[in-house]
Amino acid sequence: MNFKGRDIISVRDFSKSDLLYILKIAKEMEKEKPKLLDGKILATLFFEPSTRTRLSFESAMFRLGGKVLGFSDEKVTSVKKGETLWDTIKMAERYSDVIVIRSPVEGSARLAAEAASIPVINGGDGANQHPTQMLLDLYTIQKIKKKIEGLKIGFLGDLKYGRTVHSLAIALSFWKVEMCFIAPDALQMPEHYIKELREKGIKCHKTSDVFEVSPKLDILYVTRIQQERFPDPLEYEKYKNAYRLDITLLDHIKKDLKIMHPLPRVGEINAELDDTEHAIYFEQAANGVAVRKALLALVLGKEK
Amino acid sequence: MKERRIPAIKDGTVIDHIPSRDTFRIIRILNPQEFKYPINLALNLDSKKIGSKGVIKIDSRFLTQSEVNKIAILAPNATVSIIKNYKAIEKIQVKLPEELVGVLNCTNPVCITSKEIVISKFKVLREEPLEVKCHYCERVYGKDEVEIKRK
Repeated sequence: MNFKGRDIISVRDFSKSDLLYILKIAKEMEKEKPKLLDGKILATLFFEPSTRTRLSFESAMFRLGGKVLGFSDEKVTSVKKGETLWDTIKMAERYSDVIVIRSPVEGSARLAAEAASIPVINGGDGANQHPTQMLLDLYTIQKIKKKIEGLKIGFLGDLKYGRTVHSLAIALSFWKVEMCFIAPDALQMPEHYIKELREKGIKCHKTSDVFEVSPKLDILYVTRIQQERFPDPLEYEKYKNAYRLDITLLDHIKKDLKIMHPLPRVGEINAELDDTEHAIYFEQAANGVAVRKALLALVLGKEK
Repeated sequence: MKERRIPAIKDGTVIDHIPSRDTFRIIRILNPQEFKYPINLALNLDSKKIGSKGVIKIDSRFLTQSEVNKIAILAPNATVSIIKNYKAIEKIQVKLPEELVGVLNCTNPVCITSKEIVISKFKVLREEPLEVKCHYCERVYGKDEVEIKRK
């Protein structure tokens, strides 16, 4: 399989064998490879705040021997003066070998990929896609459970606006899994996703009660209620405390349930769960480095 | 003899079998203000095929394939006939392409196509009922939500 020169933009661009290959390379990237991307430069163009995505991309590049340039605030760029994204990319591609872009504007990464002759990786475009998060989620599930097939996965929180949930659900639908969508009605998984998943033969359940389904789950994927995605602040106030998982959850789950979260969290998982064997969200964030190392190496044709 | 609701045209284009409710939308996307000759339209006509239909007759103007493709977005079952000397000399197949380039606007206010000058691109997911997806923000639109460019 050849990923050299490919852009990583959307979950829709991957086949199952693409995903399996990336997961395989990510596993190999757990080993030290300090010279693999020697002489290569990554441009990180971050038009909105990010902690994990930017830091783990930078860490991945440094660990492979490459270098990083970029910005994490559009106020310090010529975009502030009215420069178009197209022109910004045309410049960045001449300074680097691969670009990671994060923007609140949906479709930015796709347009950047059309502008650039070098590979572009989407680090999140608004409420649309965040493919590297999806890949590290998938990698975490496979690593911790040693399989994906047959798992029962619960998604909890903001399933309406949560791009990570949408992308992960679509990616998981390549395997025979069962999905439970746990959210208040107003934040439930959009119907067109449920329809698409069912058409692919995925068993889907919807509920607002986490304890109704938690005893059956192998994975509980929790998401933050994202204030920045709510068009109406009053609506956000109504739902921001919809779920707050604490130690009482332990009475309602299987022994080997694992709790995931793309982070940041703002209270939906109480810190008292952090030290239990169920919590794997920090390990999940750490896996971001291996997965991003794999992606950088793959699109630069240097995975071997 | 069958009553003719709108007069026959000598030369021009007849668009038939348009769902009544979409007749005005179709007229609008054809930019009728730029046509120099008369346009006649009728709606709420009985149709065995689609129940209630509209018909548009455009005098002395022959539609291009790209105009016909726009019609296909709203009325995939419409028939378009080129009329010369009162006779239908050609029927153009209304056909929705797999990809609509520069034809629709994405109405998502946070889509990159709303912020920069970008030629819009939509993938046709389904013809009936219509479902199209913006190539950039990946938002999916149904027939009643699509916004067709006037030009």
